[in-house]
Amino acid sequence: MLIRLIGVAIVVVGLVLKFDTIATVVLAGIVTGLVGGMSIMDILTTLGNSFVSQRTATLFVLTLPAIGICERYGLKEKAIDFIRSIKSATAGRVIIVYEAIRTLASAFSIRLGGHPQFVRPVVVPMAEGAAVAKYGEINDEMQDIIRGGAAGAENYGNFFAQNCFMGSSGTLLIAGFLSETLGLGETGAIALEVAKWSIPVAVISMVLGVIRNIWLDKQLDKANKGGNK
Amino acid sequence: MTAAQILGEVFYTIIGLVFVLVGVKALKDDGCSKKITTAAFWFLLAFTFICGPWVPKWLVGAAIVIMAVLTAIGGVVQTKNDVPDPKEVRANADKFGYKIFIPAGCIALVAVVGATIGSKVPAFSWLTANNAIGLSGMVALCVAILLTKCAPKYAAVDGARLMDNVNTTGILPQLLSALGALFTAAGVGEAISYYVSMIVPENNILIACFVYCLGMALFTMIMGNGFAAFSVIMVGVGVPFLINNGANPIVVGALGLTAAYCGTLCTPMAANFNIVPAALLETKNKYSVIKSQIPFAIAMLLIHVVLLYTLAF
Repeated sequence: MLIRLIGVAIVVVGLVLKFDTIATVVLAGIVTGLVGGMSIMDILTTLGNSFVSQRTATLFVLTLPAIGICERYGLKEKAIDFIRSIKSATAGRVIIVYEAIRTLASAFSIRLGGHPQFVRPVVVPMAEGAAVAKYGEINDEMQDIIRGGAAGAENYGNFFAQNCFMGSSGTLLIAGFLSETLGLGETGAIALEVAKWSIPVAVISMVLGVIRNIWLDKQLDKANKGGNK
Repeated sequence: MTAAQILGEVFYTIIGLVFVLVGVKALKDDGCSKKITTAAFWFLLAFTFICGPWVPKWLVGAAIVIMAVLTAIGGVVQTKNDVPDPKEVRANADKFGYKIFIPAGCIALVAVVGATIGSKVPAFSWLTANNAIGLSGMVALCVAILLTKCAPKYAAVDGARLMDNVNTTGILPQLLSALGALFTAAGVGEAISYYVSMIVPENNILIACFVYCLGMALFTMIMGNGFAAFSVIMVGVGVPFLINNGANPIVVGALGLTAAYCGTLCTPMAANFNIVPAALLETKNKYSVIKSQIPFAIAMLLIHVVLLYTLAF
């Protein structure tokens, strides 16, 4: 029984030790097949068969040319303009507004770019600006709270809303698995259903984000009283 | 072949051509010392997409193995891209304003509307959900070109640029679905469920929901990769303990991946999301992003257990 799990062990060890992901996955597949008594030709055939039938999981490539042109014509710049135009009183609220935009964009598969293009140049300066206006100056602890919170909001919006789009790679992975392993039908049709069932999590994530960042303002109040240590 | 399948192959061929473009771009980059191996990777990938259905499948399998060797030796890198000039982008942004969101919005809209029509109206049965996704990309591209009046060659230039940015990780979901199938064929699911059943009392749905969500999150924390955790835990816990006990497979699948993401929020292994941003934002504590995310992640994970228990059964 235990020997059958060697593929799982290879994936775990390979990824923990930061070996190349694709090579790790392929190696895990081959070794699992060998242990399961398959011949090399069987393994290559099984691998090739599922890879070809799983091409759906890579359909997102077809959306790249359109997105690329939109980027060339100012998609990210306009998103930044929009966020800058919003006046928010506290650091927490600035982060809430960003998370709302990120969640919406993610659900519509609009790639805003994340930490380097958005959080550092736009969200953090705005949130810290709001904090300076409120508290006069901000100490190191407050700075870490704001920056950690802003980076987190980017992750929440990105992770928990992306599956609402039926063509996102995560949704297609889930649908591909259900189609290939359980024989549930065409991947795309399942993907549409998976996308629908991903909406509750996206909404809840946004609600939790609001609570998290109201609490963030409280954390700042407390850290402000502590003074600069 | 049905009309739906033919259209599907047309879309896969277009994807294959995008890979060819990335490969050709690599060959033209004389400053890159790994241009041959990089191009080889993309051409092999294009081969599996364009010729895959028509050749013996072991050939595709062999191509995948060679691609894995190429990435393992670090032979696949990003090559020189035609990056738009920031000043030009700013000028374009001022000129087109918020209208630039129209093509981007088209993608999600056309995909959902198309798939719905395709499943309801018999005359549009060729418009399967897969094809609707492909169609949405093409419609958005046409709208983008009409709106910006840019030279159509930018569809190729920018498509290849973004594909190169996504790089080899772009095929990971596809590869992991294939791995899931191989795991199932080799009996990995039975082995995991054999050991899990030692801890989980049989037919206790609530505990099974908890083990499934927690398993997703923990495996992701160890491996730093939610997609990989999904394939393993789905085979070992999701199918035998939930789906085979009557859970709605769609709900189990949808909640599984986001439960895995709760783990992503808590682990330094997911460096791109947690450690790199902390460095980028120059926080004093390099774990400040993780520290900030842990309460959210725990709350979210518990909510997942509740949602799974109530929605899937």
